[in-house]
Amino acid sequence: MDHASGQQHPIGVYLKVWALLFVLSTMSYLVDYFHLQGLLRWSLIVVFMLMKASLIVAVFMHLRWERLALVYAILVPPLCVLVLVALMVLEGDYIFLTRGAFFGG
Amino acid sequence: MTTIAPPAAGTAASGWRGLVADWSGDRLAFAVPWGKAMMWIFLISDTFIFGCFLTGYMTVRIATTAAWPNPSEVFALTIGGASVPLILIAIMTFILITSSGTMAMAVNCAYRRDRVRCAALMLATALLGASFVGMQAFEWSKLIAEGVRPWSNPMGAAQFGASFFMITGFHGLHVSVGVIYLLTIAARVLGGRYEARGDYTIVEIAGLYWHFVDLVWVFIFALFYLW
Repeated sequence: MDHASGQQHPIGVYLKVWALLFVLSTMSYLVDYFHLQGLLRWSLIVVFMLMKASLIVAVFMHLRWERLALVYAILVPPLCVLVLVALMVLEGDYIFLTRGAFFGG
Repeated sequence: MTTIAPPAAGTAASGWRGLVADWSGDRLAFAVPWGKAMMWIFLISDTFIFGCFLTGYMTVRIATTAAWPNPSEVFALTIGGASVPLILIAIMTFILITSSGTMAMAVNCAYRRDRVRCAALMLATALLGASFVGMQAFEWSKLIAEGVRPWSNPMGAAQFGASFFMITGFHGLHVSVGVIYLLTIAARVLGGRYEARGDYTIVEIAGLYWHFVDLVWVFIFALFYLW
């Protein structure tokens, strides 16, 4: 494939992804509309979020048609944020408990 | 392509000249135009900025002992006497997705050398982006009128305002910059600048930026507004 000529794909692919994004957005809005709570709410939100994100990155940003060297250079570094998230969950919980101990909850 | 041997010690240039020589050693890692690789690098750095904002928001939300304001109620609008939860945010989400769709089709038209349609689709994308920013301005004014400040708010945990203004403000700034960026490129497409050069990659690169703005909104919508 000649990369200098750029990423060219049929418009039908974009329209399908567009429709899918609409459906997924509606579904995540309905999670709130129907007041789903607890683990069900959070897992649905995250699932819909990740599905939408992968559709945008894979098709709209053409990543599924790029070479693997570029794909990994893009997708692997942001995973480091997950380490930060894990650290901050621990830290946040600790601050919460400390505040509870000092201010009497 | 001839094989490039690393320069032997002693003959290699040193100082700034050496640094440039090392980084431009005729070794191609990514088989894409340089502009596209640079845009991706910028977007990765932006990923970390938004990643840090969202992680910071998560941390203060976990750590606060006061109740977090319910976004579903805070962002509800009264339409026809009934309170509809989060409706403005939902509309903004659909607008941004639609603008992503028109942008994707603009890239397609650009590579088919359909100059007028490409510029028109980019203009539509920019208009949708501008209306998104307008709605965000409306949302900000509404919350400010209700007494939400970065340091306090009448609904609950004080950290709510700081997270809200910081995250949506930075995202709105990205959308605004993107609107200007798209309008610039659209004018150049229409003017025939890329036709003369025979290279429309720049439209795809502008598209990458715009889709990224949409991508960030997916995470903000899920983690800030829905959580």
